[in-house]
Amino acid sequence: MGIVYVLIPLSLVLVVFACWAFFWAVGSGQFEELDSPAWEILADDAPPATRPDAAPAVTPPS
Amino acid sequence: MDAAVITCFHCAEPLAGRAPLRARVGAANVVFCCPGCQAAAHLIEGLGLGDFYRFRTAPVARPDGVAIEYRAYDTAEMIASLTRGEPAARSVLVLIDGLTCAACSWLVTRALLRIDGVARASVNAATGRGHIVWDSRRVPLSQLLSCIDALGYKPRPVTADAASRQVEMERHAMLKRLIVAGLGMMQVMMFAVAMYSGNINGMDLQVRTYLRIVSMLVATPVMLYAGWPFFSGAMRALQARSVSMDVPVSLGLVLAYGASVLDTWRHAGEVYFDSVTMFIFFLTVARFVEMVARHRCNSVADSLSRLLPVTAHRFAADGGEGLIDVAVAQLAAGDRLLVRAGEVVPADGVILSGSTRVNESMLTGESIAVVRAPGEPLSAGTVNEEAPVQLRVTAVGGATTLANIVALLGRAQSERPKIMRAADASASRFLVRVLAGAVLVGVFWAFVDPARAFAATLAVLVVACPCALSLATLVAVASASAGLARRGVLVAHPDAIEALARASRVVFDKTGTLTCGRVRVTGVQRLAALPEAACLRLAAALEGHSEHPIARSFTALCPGAALATAVQVVPGAGIEGCIDGQRYRIGTRAFALGAAGSAAAQAAPDDAAICLGDSGGLLAAFTLADTLRPDAVGAVHELRAAGLAVELLSGDAEAAAGAVARDCGIGDYAARQTPQAKLRRITQLREAGEIVAMVGDGINDAPVLGGAGVAIAMGQGSALAQASAGLILVGDRLQALPEAVKVARRTRVIIRQNLAWASVYNLAAMPLAAMGWVPPWMAAIGMSLSSIGVVLNGMRAK
Repeated sequence: MGIVYVLIPLSLVLVVFACWAFFWAVGSGQFEELDSPAWEILADDAPPATRPDAAPAVTPPS
Repeated sequence: MDAAVITCFHCAEPLAGRAPLRARVGAANVVFCCPGCQAAAHLIEGLGLGDFYRFRTAPVARPDGVAIEYRAYDTAEMIASLTRGEPAARSVLVLIDGLTCAACSWLVTRALLRIDGVARASVNAATGRGHIVWDSRRVPLSQLLSCIDALGYKPRPVTADAASRQVEMERHAMLKRLIVAGLGMMQVMMFAVAMYSGNINGMDLQVRTYLRIVSMLVATPVMLYAGWPFFSGAMRALQARSVSMDVPVSLGLVLAYGASVLDTWRHAGEVYFDSVTMFIFFLTVARFVEMVARHRCNSVADSLSRLLPVTAHRFAADGGEGLIDVAVAQLAAGDRLLVRAGEVVPADGVILSGSTRVNESMLTGESIAVVRAPGEPLSAGTVNEEAPVQLRVTAVGGATTLANIVALLGRAQSERPKIMRAADASASRFLVRVLAGAVLVGVFWAFVDPARAFAATLAVLVVACPCALSLATLVAVASASAGLARRGVLVAHPDAIEALARASRVVFDKTGTLTCGRVRVTGVQRLAALPEAACLRLAAALEGHSEHPIARSFTALCPGAALATAVQVVPGAGIEGCIDGQRYRIGTRAFALGAAGSAAAQAAPDDAAICLGDSGGLLAAFTLADTLRPDAVGAVHELRAAGLAVELLSGDAEAAAGAVARDCGIGDYAARQTPQAKLRRITQLREAGEIVAMVGDGINDAPVLGGAGVAIAMGQGSALAQASAGLILVGDRLQALPEAVKVARRTRVIIRQNLAWASVYNLAAMPLAAMGWVPPWMAAIGMSLSSIGVVLNGMRAK
C-alpha cells in the first residue's frame, strides 16, 4: 500500500496542473466561441497571395 | 435565359431585373448583381481566400457600395479612447456587421492577418465581435477598418462597454469555479470510494487518516473558492433578514465541512468531504446553466446599437460650410451635421434646413417613409431617404431614443420569469420549514441518541435542499430558449414560453405579418382614354428615378422603360417629369391632379391609390398590394392543426385584409381596425377565457402586444414592439411559429413532470432522513441524482 503515498500526491500535482491549464484557457478566451474554430480546421490555409493586385486591396481607399 | 434562377456569386441574391455583371473569379466565369459584390469577390480571391465560397453555410449580405471614410478614426483622441496597449501592440474591439456564418469570421480573420503589422486577429461569429492586436506605428486603424469594409462587412470600433465586460467576467469566474468544483469532486470521490471499500474490507488507520487528509486538502479549495458564491449569497440574504436557498446550502456545507475537519483531526467519526464537493459541483452547474440563459439575449441589444453609422459629416465649429468627417463617438450636442440622402442619422437632432423623407421603421416598424421639414426632430438610427438635410444635434450616445430602446430591451431581458419567481417563493417558504425541521430533528436525536444527532441533522439539511425544485423550471426554460433560438425564435421574456404553451388563439395583427412587405401593382383603373399598358410604362418611367419600395413595384413591371427627363421629386407627394415632351405627375391624388392646374372633377379613386396625371387631369389609378409570405399558408394550417384558432386584425382596407385572409385560409378577420379596436378585441377574447398569442410588428402595436397573453414580434419590425414582445421571430420565417408552439407545449409538460418529481422526492426523503435512516453521503447522492434527473429531463425541452 506504500505506493499510494507517492501516487496520490502525484495525482494532486496533475490536478493542480489541469486547473492551471483550464484557468489559462478561460483567461485567454478559449471558451468564448466554440463554433468557428471547429470549422476552421476544415479549411486548408491557402499559400499567401503573391499576385501584385492583392496588395492594393488592403490599403485604404483614398 | 430564365433570369429568376440566376443568383449573384457573392451575395447569392437573385438578380431579378438588375443587369448582370459578368466577371472571372479564379478559374470560373461568374455573375454578380452589383459592383460592390464584384469588388468584394475579387478582393477575396486576390487574397487567396476563395475557399470562403466553398465553405460558407449562409449567404452574405450585399455590400452597399458606399465607401466610408474611416480616417476619422486615425485621430489621436479616437485612438486613445478606442484602443489600449503599447503603440507596437495596440488592441481594439470591433463590432462587425454582416457576419452570417463561421466562414465569414474565418475570412475576416485571414484577411486581417495578411496585413503586415497585424499581430493577432480573432472574430467571434456568434457575437459579431472582432479583436485585433496590431502595430499602430506601421498600420493606421483606418486601414484595418477599410480592409474589413472592402470584404463587404461593416466594422465599427467600440470601447469595451462596462456591461459586456461584466458579462465576460462573470462567465469567466463561473467557468473557473465549475472547473475547480468538477476536478475537486472527481478527486475526492476517488478517495471516498477507497475509504468506503476500506470500511468494508478493513483498512489501516494510518492509510485511512492519510486519505482523509488528502480529501481535506482537495475539498478545501473547492469549498472556499467554488463554494464562495453560496456563502456570500447567504450572508447577503441574512443581512437583508430573509432566507434564500443559499442559507441552508451554506449551513449544510459549513456543518459538514467543519465536522469532517474535526473528525480528521480526532481520527474518529465520519468525513463528508465527498458530499461537500459533490454538492458544490452540482449547485455550480445549476448556477452556470442559469447564467447562460441570462446572457443569451444580449445579442439583441447589441444589434440595435449597430443601427448607428460609423462616421458623420460635421460642419466646422466657426459656422462656416466646411465639412469634416468625424467618428460618431466624437459628436456632442449642439454640433451641426450634414446628413446626405441614403445615410443613417447619426444622432438625435432637429432639422435646420432642408426637408426630406425619413424611414423610421427602426422606431415604428412602418416601412413607408415620413416627411420631415425644418424644425422637426430626427432620431438616431433612422434613414434619410431623399434629400440632404442639416441637423443640429440634441442628444448623442446614451441619451438618444435608440439608446433608450436598447436600455428598455436590457431591462426586459433581465427579468426572471414569473413561474421561476413562484418556484423561488415557494422554495423560500419551504426553506424556513427545513431549517426549523433540522433544528427539531437535531434536538430530538440529541435526547434519544446523541451519536446519531449530527448525521441525521445533516441528512435533513442536504436531502431537503429544494435544488431540484428550483432547477425544475430553470433548465427546461433555458433549454427551450436555446431550442427556440435555433428555430429562429428569440425568447425575450421567459414567461412567454409558458403563455405560448397555453395559448388558444393566434391573432395576426396587421396584414404585414403575413405578407413580405414587397408591394406590387395589382390593379390599374383607367381614368382617361390611355390604355393600361401605356399608363404603366409612363409610371415606370417616372418611378425609375426613385428607390422607394412603391417605385420599385412599377419598375419591376416594366423593366427597361425609358426614364423621364427633367424630373422633380417632391417629398411626401410624388414625382414629376417629362416624357416625350409632355409633363406627367405620379403620386398622391392631389399631387397628380396638380399637373392639370385645377382640381378637375373626376371620379375619385380610393385615397390610398397611386395616381398618374398629366395636364389634362388624371390618367389612371393604381392599386397596390403586398405579396403573401411563401410559408404563410403552411404556418396558418399547422397552427390550426395544433388546435389553435387563427384570426387576422388588420388596419388595412377591407379588400386588402380580406384577400390576405382568404389566401391564408383565415376565416376570422376584421379590417380597418384601430389600435384601440384591436385592444378591445383582445380584452374581449381574454374575458371569454382565451389566451391570445399576438403577432405584430409596429410601434402602434406596442400597447396591443402588451395586452395579449403572449406577444410575438417580427424581427424586422420596430425595436419598441420587440421590447414589449415576449418572443421575437428573427428570421421572419412564419413556419417557426407552429414549431415554437410545439416546443412551448413540450416544455410545459416537462416543467410539470419536474416539479412533481422534485416535490415527491423531497417529501418522501425528508421523513427517512429525520429518522436517521439516511447517511449524509446517501442524502447527497440522492439530492444530486434528483437534480440530475430534473436537469436531464429539462434538456429534452429543446
